[in-house]
Amino acid sequence: MKRIQEKLKENKKLLSIYMTAGYPELDDTVPIIKELEKNGVDMIEIGIPFSDPLADGPTIQESSTQALKNGMTLKLLLEQLQDIRKEVSIPLVLMGYFNPILQYGVEKFCDRCQEIGIDGIIIPDLPLEIYSKTYQPLFEKYNLSNILLITPQTSEKRIREIDNLTNTFIYMVSSASTTGSQSGFGTSQTAYFQKIHQMHLKNPQIVGFGIYNQQTYNSATQYAKGAIIGSAFIKFLSHNPLHQINQFIKEF
Amino acid sequence: MPFQVNKQGYYGEFGGAYIPEMLYPNIEELRRKYLSIMEEASFQKEFHQLLRDYVGRPTPLYFAKRLSEKYQAKIYLKREDLCHTGAHKVNNTIGQILLAQRLGKKRIIAETGAGQHGVATATVCALMGLECKIYMGEVDIERQAPNVARMKMLGAEVIPATSGSKTLKDATNEALRDWINHPENTYYIIGSVVGPHPYPDMVARFQSVISQEIQKQLREKEGTSNPHYIIACVGGGSNAAGAFYHYLDHSKVVLIASEAGGKGIHSGKSAATTILGKEGIIHGSKTLLMQTDDGQITEPYSISAGLDYPGVGPLHAHLHTSGRGKFHAITDDEAMQAGLELCQLEGIIPAIESSHALAVLDKIKFQKEDIVVLNLSGRGDKDLNTYINYFNL
Repeated sequence: MKRIQEKLKENKKLLSIYMTAGYPELDDTVPIIKELEKNGVDMIEIGIPFSDPLADGPTIQESSTQALKNGMTLKLLLEQLQDIRKEVSIPLVLMGYFNPILQYGVEKFCDRCQEIGIDGIIIPDLPLEIYSKTYQPLFEKYNLSNILLITPQTSEKRIREIDNLTNTFIYMVSSASTTGSQSGFGTSQTAYFQKIHQMHLKNPQIVGFGIYNQQTYNSATQYAKGAIIGSAFIKFLSHNPLHQINQFIKEF
Repeated sequence: MPFQVNKQGYYGEFGGAYIPEMLYPNIEELRRKYLSIMEEASFQKEFHQLLRDYVGRPTPLYFAKRLSEKYQAKIYLKREDLCHTGAHKVNNTIGQILLAQRLGKKRIIAETGAGQHGVATATVCALMGLECKIYMGEVDIERQAPNVARMKMLGAEVIPATSGSKTLKDATNEALRDWINHPENTYYIIGSVVGPHPYPDMVARFQSVISQEIQKQLREKEGTSNPHYIIACVGGGSNAAGAFYHYLDHSKVVLIASEAGGKGIHSGKSAATTILGKEGIIHGSKTLLMQTDDGQITEPYSISAGLDYPGVGPLHAHLHTSGRGKFHAITDDEAMQAGLELCQLEGIIPAIESSHALAVLDKIKFQKEDIVVLNLSGRGDKDLNTYINYFNL
């Protein structure tokens, strides 16, 4: 958690990249993480593949399906990441749907994450109510930041509640969509970004969903602390070798 | 032990709403409003009028004489197969379309497996003049051509789900994704007692007209509103939820659910969720579901497309683990034989889903005076091809 907090204090806009663990090849997880850090990425979200990823569009779904076919499991991912902190120092966040974590055992999962040096967790289908009632003490015990989402439809009252429960950043979903939409940002998004900015929340926001080029990155980070690129990076990986990752990152 | 949903949306340890934030405003609106809307006099009036004049309710409770002789008990069939569109599914879609109208929604989406819920949804959308999009697995679209044609004739757009295994669970995922992308104007009509709270409770309430009618009809025929047994098939579990609903707290009424055993429980081709499943999260609900040790949801199999679901509604998970419900796994072969038997003994061609309930009759030792109500959830027209291929007709 501390690494995220330190990173958020830096006087710059943050570039965060989402990757699916075990994609394109099973053993690519660690090499991609290292390559991303080498190219100046500020934070990495490592996606735990799931058979039924509700909030994801086709690109991330397909990468998940491929990763599962490659043999990826949560257990194997945590093994792959075992020694990651010997080589990588930027914040690492795990993002995954709740069922695989539930089957692994939530406490065991949190414990392993802390051991490995994972800083935060994003579980899109674990809503605020269930988290705060049942799981918050576990996350706190193991020093993991639970990163919650807000969307343009989230009420102001609920945004404040989420802000109060957060101790790193708020994941701000750019528009009403699943991941990977490429429609660009119009006036309604800008108005939403501005509105959230003017709420003066205690936690900074990082924008995700729909960021795929410099223009969308710039407009997302005009008000927010940073932005997360997911589907566009996955698409890049499906066509290009890992050593060309610098080409992708250069654009932002 | 209470069997109704509690205030937090749980049946025992099952249920809840494990949904992404993007769906929260819609689900929360529904949770806050569904009961009060359903209790409005104007809603009740319109709902019951449509059930009577459009669906054809009450459906008969038919004393099946020859079936009773064969199994040595008093067997009644609750004839949901006689509902408009051919199955109980329409009870729920009528209810939810009225609710969607009162929430001001203009665009309706739904998932379908075999196509029965899709047809029932397309039907009520035509009735109300609302835009209708039905998500259906690409594999199911090929298997269920007549129902696809029905939906199209009724004015619905059928959208193939091409993700994952391209069947019912993926169609449900796609419908949920559609809702994430259209949060303002869209209402999602879920077809079974599955999904996040309040769907399981809401769908059970709409289907509860089945057990309400059974109570009244049985009182007229037998002088008691309580049978000894109620038997229903369970995929997601909406017809069973409706048939059990008013009997949940009458512990003397034995509730029997029949699941699809496919080619055998341990054959790797089965949909017997309560036996093969473990607690987990599917489509926003904590329930029993078929999954790998890693928590990936696995693909079920049944000859009956309507029972081919890797989860089961949270009410049924609770009935199973608490022992209130007795669950049987019926194989494809047992179901097909039981379906044929009903044709020949009673002149009724059942849906293959309902044939799974019929096959349970052979598994229970009845007393001669036992009153048994079997929910005949649908008719077999849609399954003719499967019957033809299976029996080489």
